[in-house]
Amino acid sequence: MTIPRFWREIPIRYNLVGSKCPLCGTVFFPPKEICKICRRVSIDQMIPEKLSGRGTILTHTTVHEAPTDFESQVPYHLAIIELDEGPSVLGQITDCTNGDLAIGSRVRSVFRRVSEDGVSGTIHYGYKFVLDHSR
Amino acid sequence: MREVAILGTGITRFQEIWDKSFKRLGIEAGLEAIQDSGIQGKNIDALFIGNMASGLFIRQEHIASLVAEEVGLTLNNTPAIRVEGGDAAGGLALAQGFSAVASGIYDVVVVGGAEKMSDLPGASIVDTIASSVDQEWECFFGATQPSLWAMMARRHMHEYGTKREQIAKVAVKNHYNGSLNPKAQFPFKVTLESVLASPMVCEPLTTLEAAPISDGAAAVVLCSLEKAREYTSEPVIIKGVGMATDSLALHDRMSLTTCNATNVAAQRALNMAGVAISDIHVSEVHDSFTISELMAMEDLGFVEKGKGGEAVDDGRTQLGGDIPINTSGGLKARGNPLGATGIAQAVEIYHQLKAKAGKRQVDDARFGLTHNMGGSGGTAVIHVMEAV
Repeated sequence: MTIPRFWREIPIRYNLVGSKCPLCGTVFFPPKEICKICRRVSIDQMIPEKLSGRGTILTHTTVHEAPTDFESQVPYHLAIIELDEGPSVLGQITDCTNGDLAIGSRVRSVFRRVSEDGVSGTIHYGYKFVLDHSR
Repeated sequence: MREVAILGTGITRFQEIWDKSFKRLGIEAGLEAIQDSGIQGKNIDALFIGNMASGLFIRQEHIASLVAEEVGLTLNNTPAIRVEGGDAAGGLALAQGFSAVASGIYDVVVVGGAEKMSDLPGASIVDTIASSVDQEWECFFGATQPSLWAMMARRHMHEYGTKREQIAKVAVKNHYNGSLNPKAQFPFKVTLESVLASPMVCEPLTTLEAAPISDGAAAVVLCSLEKAREYTSEPVIIKGVGMATDSLALHDRMSLTTCNATNVAAQRALNMAGVAISDIHVSEVHDSFTISELMAMEDLGFVEKGKGGEAVDDGRTQLGGDIPINTSGGLKARGNPLGATGIAQAVEIYHQLKAKAGKRQVDDARFGLTHNMGGSGGTAVIHVMEAV
């Protein structure tokens, strides 16, 4: 991945910033330029929305056959998480063992190293999730 | 709009074919289809080619011209168009060829599908297959196509009580059908135990539940029904076409257990054909994974949502069942050269409707359906065919 391709998404991936349609209130992550419900009338109206990073696991898997950039991490856990503000995201669940994961588990986002471009390339940081035992 | 007939078909064996190039595979299938149809090169008005990722697999784009040149069509300056839509590329190309003939723009077109996957090393193939899902918001975090289907499987089990064994049985059934297909990549049977015990890809899905890496090509010749009657007394027509999209990223969808694109495309194709799903005698569906077929059974409307597992248990989708699916062996056993798959499905249904499917023939098949899908469900294409 070239540096600009990673760099331009940094604010979103580091801080979980989505967008909100002021007309219907729907929150999107990643941010959308146009609300997919209101469409035309939402042009230039969308406002940035920082997300809490808290949500619930809708489904999960453990990856044993990985793409090249992730081969060293096998096995790792992926989940689709419904964030409390509405949108769903895909992310890794870290700091847990397979048996800890369940549909319905509460998670919170953490800032982590996601992958790297070979031994001397860019390190890609972004969000992952951990099980939230606070409640 | 004119009625459109399939006049002939061609298909290569699907497997890792190390001694044949992309070009060679495409030509082999194309020439077989042309010979089968009885038309001549000078009659071909246009060529449509479904292909997902030749740029990544063999570093060659602009493949439509490449193939046209090799079969002498560039001497006539015949138009040649590549169509891409993940592994739905073949089905989309067929829909474009259909539209071109139905509209009257062209009289005779050849629609091919081809993919050469094995020229890349293994790990890079995983990355390339993943290029049909969202690079920025899925793959960036380590997701692959199997991982997305695995998460759909887990959710389906959670919502509907679908059993692990019910999902795996889809592979057993497709391998049995493949064992009857001389052109299948894996023409042998497997047991439920071996499917479940094969190496894990993404939990809960195993290696024997995933479509393989394949090289191969398939082609069909399309023309107006009127013209087809000059060549055959028993034509097969494309009666309905339905295409639909959904979010590229799985997490953006309304449901994790329904492929809405499949559902909507099926309604569109059936409406156009003027038939109900219960009229369909034989289908080829996009079983990139076992769970994909189980969900497609529901999303196409063959069974109620959540009842797919039960229908598999009851053997309804086997040869001899009331809704035979993937008589060819499906993507699982026949093979899945991505861009060729949608055309291979049409070839199988054509053979079924012509009563030329040999040991896997479905009795009295008049209506058939193909379901081709891209990635984790961002695109679906359905064709309904009829023997007239």
